[in-house]
Amino acid sequence: MNENLVEVRHLKQYFNINVGMFSSKPLKAVDDVSFAIRKGETLGLVGESGCGKTTVGRTLLHLYKPTAGEILFEGKPVSTKAEIHEFRKKATMVFQDPYSSLNPRMTVSDIIGEPLDIHKLYSSREERRQRILELMDKVGLNSEHASRYAHEFSGGQRQRIGIARALALNPSFIVCDEPVSALDVSIQAQVINMFDELQEQLGLTYLFIAHDILVVRHISDRIAVMYLGKMVELADASEIYDHPMHPYTKSLMSAVPQPDPRIARANKRIVLSGDIPSPLNAPSGCPFRTRCPHASEACAASMPEFKEISPGHFAACHKINELN
Amino acid sequence: MEHILEVKDLQTSFLTSSGEVKAVRGVSFFVNKGESVGIVGESGSGKSVTSLSVMQLLVGTGKIIGGSVKLNGRELVGLSPKEMRSIRGKEVAMIFQDPMTSLNPLIPVGEQVGEMLWSHDKSLSKAQREERVIDLFRMVRIPEPETRLKSFPHEFSGGMRQRVMIAMALACKPDLLIADEPTTALDVSIQDQILKLMRSIQKEMGMSIMFITHDLGVVAELCSRVLVMYGGLIMEEANIYDVFENPLHPYTMGLIASIPDINQDKSKKLQPIIGSPPDMVHPPEGCPFAPRCPYACRICLHQLPPVFSAGEGHKSRCWLLAGDAPSSGNPLKGRKGAKE
Repeated sequence: MNENLVEVRHLKQYFNINVGMFSSKPLKAVDDVSFAIRKGETLGLVGESGCGKTTVGRTLLHLYKPTAGEILFEGKPVSTKAEIHEFRKKATMVFQDPYSSLNPRMTVSDIIGEPLDIHKLYSSREERRQRILELMDKVGLNSEHASRYAHEFSGGQRQRIGIARALALNPSFIVCDEPVSALDVSIQAQVINMFDELQEQLGLTYLFIAHDILVVRHISDRIAVMYLGKMVELADASEIYDHPMHPYTKSLMSAVPQPDPRIARANKRIVLSGDIPSPLNAPSGCPFRTRCPHASEACAASMPEFKEISPGHFAACHKINELN
Repeated sequence: MEHILEVKDLQTSFLTSSGEVKAVRGVSFFVNKGESVGIVGESGSGKSVTSLSVMQLLVGTGKIIGGSVKLNGRELVGLSPKEMRSIRGKEVAMIFQDPMTSLNPLIPVGEQVGEMLWSHDKSLSKAQREERVIDLFRMVRIPEPETRLKSFPHEFSGGMRQRVMIAMALACKPDLLIADEPTTALDVSIQDQILKLMRSIQKEMGMSIMFITHDLGVVAELCSRVLVMYGGLIMEEANIYDVFENPLHPYTMGLIASIPDINQDKSKKLQPIIGSPPDMVHPPEGCPFAPRCPYACRICLHQLPPVFSAGEGHKSRCWLLAGDAPSSGNPLKGRKGAKE
């Protein structure tokens, strides 16, 4: 259980943004992030929009070429074209928007069968068909719907098609990028349960990216928190909710709208002032210092190291010992 | 209590090529002075159409086909667009979900807020308007209002844009503010700021708020009374504590059960509501929730349940509250407000 399936070391992903007519500036979407995902676990990745959580997921699958850093899968590096091709058989993705991530001109069976076509994983039409029906059954889709088009389905069912496509290659690792945020609450619970069940049946490992802390808390074994391209905290799911250490995580956990009026009204919230700075001019030192109630000069001077504070609990803050 | 808004048997439909979509099918409720009422429901439940009907902002083929909407005792259904324009903004104002698209990108934000003042009071001079806008910006806590009012919407972040929208809605001190998913597009920490702001402004100005959302967490925070909508109907109406602690409608129960509990990890499975929402072109003959309801009886499939009253201000549109409902397997057995 403690074996690492995916390991990320000092991952950096910069995008060049044009400022003015002739000059460009790097946007540091992900800046020096290191973490590992254990075999069979779900690592939740939370943060606000623009913090780089989606970029981490995409770079991990080499959908973007990383600017710097290493990605290891099953202990082996992934960087050459051949390695990436092999890697993508074992690592797939479920996207956020079930409306735009399915080709409207393809039937459900072609959408689910496309990964099989690309990797040539069948010897006959019949074998392909059998595999597609098996996958549809696995995600609770009616096999009679194989020749329909995506627009004939509701949001929840479309997300099931997306999940069936991700499962087509028998992957061991799936990056789930906000897979339930476009769905209604009652449908969301159906899909979350399905993720849970598939993990149990197939021994899958997930990187579950979401902004909804209630959902992430439910599905994850461990949770990582990102802010402005940096990872600020990583710990067990219950630990990070009950004993957050980083001031940003503390405010994030206190800001979760709780579906209980008595808690919601009694809640002592840590409301942050201000907005997230633009990643184009991120503050010097700790990226959170402009909104942090405890910031001092040391925070402006250097970026705090992301280190293990207590067993399995990582955080990046200069004042971690003072605050906890 | 004085009713600011009184809606009776409101019915709104959209005519589409595949038939009449009955988005709202007879909705009655009221909003008291100084009260915040939440309307909760999933997409397609009719919650947004209800609010647009109150504002008379239905576009395209949408039409109010029956019922009445009374604001401060005055009937709004059937008013001319001109009469309605003088009410909108002054007596009832609205904040929309998406602050990114609700502002004109070509006009400085100060002018857009000033336009609201100008359209209701032409006697104000430009300088007076600017002064009022600065006051409003201060009220919604936009820093450096004197310089920010000359900025364009793209120079603002999402949270700041929503503050501009709130400033605009508050410009003429409306009696009722309709907020349609005002924080859905925002991040948690920004959502928190906006909810806190709305709460303090409501206290200061004593206005009523109608809060439309799908997020029960937001409702728990802000509202004193909740209407739960499904299939174009109000299924349950109760005060905030009863909705969460003593829900009487199976849909409300299912909705609450399907939210992940922050204190539970994944060893405990969520309880989703099986199935999917009804097709509103051909709404079911009986209770719209019956096909998904774990407690549905034969009558539920054939006859729409009436609204049953269960204690003070607590209403539920469900046959389980009928006097002759079966007691075996009835989830309401022995509960407060349920019939013996």
